[in-house]
Amino acid sequence: MSTSVSGTGAGDLALELKGITKRFGAVVANRDISLSVRRGAIHGIVGENGAGKSTLMSILYGFYQADEGDISVGGKPARINSSRDAIAAGIGMVHQHFMLVDTFTVLENIVLGAESHALLEPNIRAARAELARLADEYGLSIDVDALAGDLPVGEQQRVEILKALYRHADLLILDEPTGVLTPQEADQLFRVLRSLKERGVTVILITHKLREIMDITDEVSVLRLGEMVAHRKTDSTSMQELAELMVGRALDSTDYSRNEALRADASTGIDVQDLVLERDNGTRRLDGVSLTVRRGEILGVAGVAGNGQSALLDVLSGMTAPTSGRFVINGREAGPDDLPSPSEMRDLRINHVPEDRLKLGLVKAFSAAESSLLGYQRAERFNWRGVLRLKSIRRLCASLMADFDVRPADPRLRSASFSGGNQQKLILARELDKSPDVLLVGQPTRGVDIGAIELIHEKLVEMRDAGCAILLVSVELDEILSLSDRIVVMYEGRVVGEVDGKEADKTTLGLMMANAHQPQQAVAS
Amino acid sequence: MSINTASVPLPAWLEVVVIPILNLLMALFSAGLIMLAIGVNPLEALGFMIQGALGDDYALGYTLYYTTNFIFTGLAVAIAFHASLFNIGGEGQAYIGGLGVALVFLLLDRYLPAVLLVPLGIAAAALFGAAWAFIPGWLQAYRGSHIVITTIMFNFIAASLMVYLLVNVLIQPGQMSPESRAFEPAAWMPSMKAALAPFGIDLVSTPLNLSLVLALVCCVLVWFYIWRTRWGYELRTAGFSEPAARYAGIRPRGVIVTAMCLSGALAGLVAVNEIMGVHHRLLLNFPAGYGFTGIAVSLMGRNHPIGIVVASLLFGVLYQGGAELAFEIPGITREMVVAIQGLIILFSGALALMLRPLVVRLYLRVKPVESLGPATA
Repeated sequence: MSTSVSGTGAGDLALELKGITKRFGAVVANRDISLSVRRGAIHGIVGENGAGKSTLMSILYGFYQADEGDISVGGKPARINSSRDAIAAGIGMVHQHFMLVDTFTVLENIVLGAESHALLEPNIRAARAELARLADEYGLSIDVDALAGDLPVGEQQRVEILKALYRHADLLILDEPTGVLTPQEADQLFRVLRSLKERGVTVILITHKLREIMDITDEVSVLRLGEMVAHRKTDSTSMQELAELMVGRALDSTDYSRNEALRADASTGIDVQDLVLERDNGTRRLDGVSLTVRRGEILGVAGVAGNGQSALLDVLSGMTAPTSGRFVINGREAGPDDLPSPSEMRDLRINHVPEDRLKLGLVKAFSAAESSLLGYQRAERFNWRGVLRLKSIRRLCASLMADFDVRPADPRLRSASFSGGNQQKLILARELDKSPDVLLVGQPTRGVDIGAIELIHEKLVEMRDAGCAILLVSVELDEILSLSDRIVVMYEGRVVGEVDGKEADKTTLGLMMANAHQPQQAVAS
Repeated sequence: MSINTASVPLPAWLEVVVIPILNLLMALFSAGLIMLAIGVNPLEALGFMIQGALGDDYALGYTLYYTTNFIFTGLAVAIAFHASLFNIGGEGQAYIGGLGVALVFLLLDRYLPAVLLVPLGIAAAALFGAAWAFIPGWLQAYRGSHIVITTIMFNFIAASLMVYLLVNVLIQPGQMSPESRAFEPAAWMPSMKAALAPFGIDLVSTPLNLSLVLALVCCVLVWFYIWRTRWGYELRTAGFSEPAARYAGIRPRGVIVTAMCLSGALAGLVAVNEIMGVHHRLLLNFPAGYGFTGIAVSLMGRNHPIGIVVASLLFGVLYQGGAELAFEIPGITREMVVAIQGLIILFSGALALMLRPLVVRLYLRVKPVESLGPATA
C-alpha cells in the first residue's frame, strides 16, 4: 500500500480514505484503497475505464457504501450513506452527464433539492442573492434566468458547479468534466477551478486525459484494476510515467505516419454532395454537407458532439434517408429515394462501427457470440436456410476475440459484462473481419482505456494501408490529429473547414469547432 | 450494504427454479391465511386440491387438458414478448381460431378423411388466429397504434363477431342455443383414451386429447425458432433494441408483424384443443379466459418454453384442483379459487422479483468473490 506523498498532518486533509473495499457481486471494484487529499489542493485521479474511479467517487457521494474501510472528511470520521450525507459533509459532485432539468431556469435548477422554505418564491429570492455573491467571489458569472436547456454545455457545467457551491461544498468532485467541452471551454473550466482553489475549495478531478492532469493538478493518484497503485506530486511526474502506471506496462508513443502510398489519383470511396437532413420541425441536422474520402485515406470529422456528425453517419450507413442531396459510396449512387438499406450497404462492402455501441453496436443481453453476428445474420456462412450455424458463429467470435485481444475471451459471456473497451474491440473486430472497402467509424475509442486505444488505432491504420476509405468521426481531437490524413470540422450541420492532417493543430481545430475561426453567418433554420 | 442486486447474475437453478418456487410458496401462504380467516383448514384444502388435480387418471386427464390450453396461450404471449410486444389479445385470437376450424369443418367434414381433416383444422385454427393478430400487428408497425390497446379492443370485436355469427349465421337450424352443428367424427382430434387404447393403455374418458402432443411439439418449435434460427435472432434483436435492429439491417416493422402473426397462430391453436378435441362444434365463449391466463403463464415461465410447460402444469392443477376444492368444501366458492389464482399471478408475475435481492444477498454470502460466470444465452 502506498501512502500519501504530502507530509502534512491529518488536520490539513480535506479527505482521507483508508482501506476502502467495494465488491459488486463477484467483482471487486475497489480493493483496499487509501487516499489523502490535501485541503485546498487540486487532486487528480486517473485510471483506465473500469479501473474503479467512478465506483470510488460513488462511494464518496453516498450512491454506494463501501464494504470495508473508513472515510474522514476534514479530519472527522464520516458515514456517508446517501448523497444527503455527502452534501452535509461538504462534498459536491459534478457528474459527467449533467443532472439538470432542461426546462427549468438556472436559478430553479440550483434551488432544486435545497429548498429551505415550503414556498418557492422566498427560496428563489434568497438563492438569487446568494448566487450573485458566489458569482462575484468565484468569477462564475451566469445568466440565472436562462433556461438550462438553452445554455451551451460549458455553462451547464458551470451551473452544476454553482449548484455544489450553493450547497456549501468545500470539496468538489468533477467526473470527466472535459469530455463534452471544446478546448476553449475546458480552459475556462480550468480557470474557474484555479480560482476555487485560491479560495480554499478542494477539487478532485477524475479524468483519463493526462494532459489535463499535468496542466492543473497539484497531486495525482493512479488507479489500476481497482487498486490505488501510485500517488505522485504532479510536478515530479510525467505523462509517460502516469500512462505506464495506468496500464501497468511501458507504452510506445505512437505517431501514425501518414499513408505515403496514397496517390493523388486514388479512387473515391465516398463522395457526398450537398447532403441535407431535416428534423420533423424543419431544422437541419445536416445542412448542405459535401465531402470526399479517397481509398487509402482516413478523413477525420472533428466537431463538438451534436453538430451533425451522428446524422452524417446515420445517412451514409443507410439508416436514415437524407432530405435532399446525393452521395456515391463505393460506386453506388444514393439519395433520398434510393438509399440502400444497412444490409445492402454491408453487401456493398461498406461497414459501420456505430458511435453508440451499447444501443446500436451490440445487444447487451446477447452473448458475445450473438453480438458478433449482429448485421451478418443473413450471411450464408452463419446460417443454413435460416438455421443458425452456432458452431461457426462461436468459432468466428473466438477468433475475433483472439485477433483483437478481447478479454475475457469467452464467446458465451453476456455482451454487457465486457468493459467498454472490450465491447468496442469486439464490434470493431466484427466489422473489420469482413475487410470492407469503405468503413464508417464513430467514436472508436470513447470510454476505452489506453491499451485498447492503441490497438484500435493500429487496426484502423492497417485497414487504411490496405486501401480502405475510412470516415472517422470523433470528438477526441488527439485521436483525429493522430489518425487523419485530412480533417474536416463540422459545426451546426455544416462543414466549416478542412485542413490537411499534417498541418492541423489543436488550437485551429478548436476555434473551428466553436465556429470562431472566421466569421460565419448564423444558420437559417 | 447496498448493492445493485439486479445486476448480479445468479446461476440458472436459482433464477428459474428456486425463486419461482419461493414465489409460489408465498402465494400459497397468503392463500392459507385467507382460508384461515374464513374458517377453513388450509392444509386440508391443499390436500383436496392436490388430490383433485393429480389424485387419479380422471383428475390428471382434466389437469392436462387445461395445461394444453395454457401452453398454447403461454407460448403465444412469450413469442410476442421476445419481440418486446405485449399481446393481450390471445383470448380473441383463440376465439377466431375456433371460427377458422368451424368454417373448414362445416364445409368439408363430410367429404374428406380424418388424415386430411385434422391437419386442415389445425392449419385453419393457426391461420385465423394469426390473421386476427396480424391487424393489430400491422397497425402497431405502420400506424403506431399501441398493441396493448388494439389487442384488447380486438378481444371485444372478436366476441361480438362470434355472437353475431353464431346467432345469425352458423347456428344449427331449428335449434335454440347459439351453437354450430356437431362436426363429423372424422374431424375430431382423437382423445388420449382413443389414441392410447391400441397400445393397451386404458384411460378413463376425459377431455384430454392429442392436442397436448401438438402443444409440446409447439414448445420445441418455438424454442428452435427463437434461439436457433436467424428469424428468431432478428426477433430478439428487435425486441431488445430497435436501434440495434435497424443497424443490423433488420426491419423492426417486419419483425412486429411476423411476431404477432406467430403469436396469434399459437393462441389460435387453443381451438384445436377446445373445438376439435372436446366440443366438436363451435360454441360461445369457449376460450373462457385461457388467453388472459396465458399472460401469467408466460410471466411465470420466464418466456421460455420449458418454464411455460411447468407454469401451465401449475395452472392446470389450480384450475382442476380448484374446481374439486369448491366442490368438496362448502366454505370455498368458485370465486375463492379465482382469488387463489390471483394471488399466484400476483406473486409470480407482478412481484416476481420481490425476493430476488434477498436471494442475491444470501447467494453472495455463501459464494464469495470469483470471476463472472458465463451467461445463459
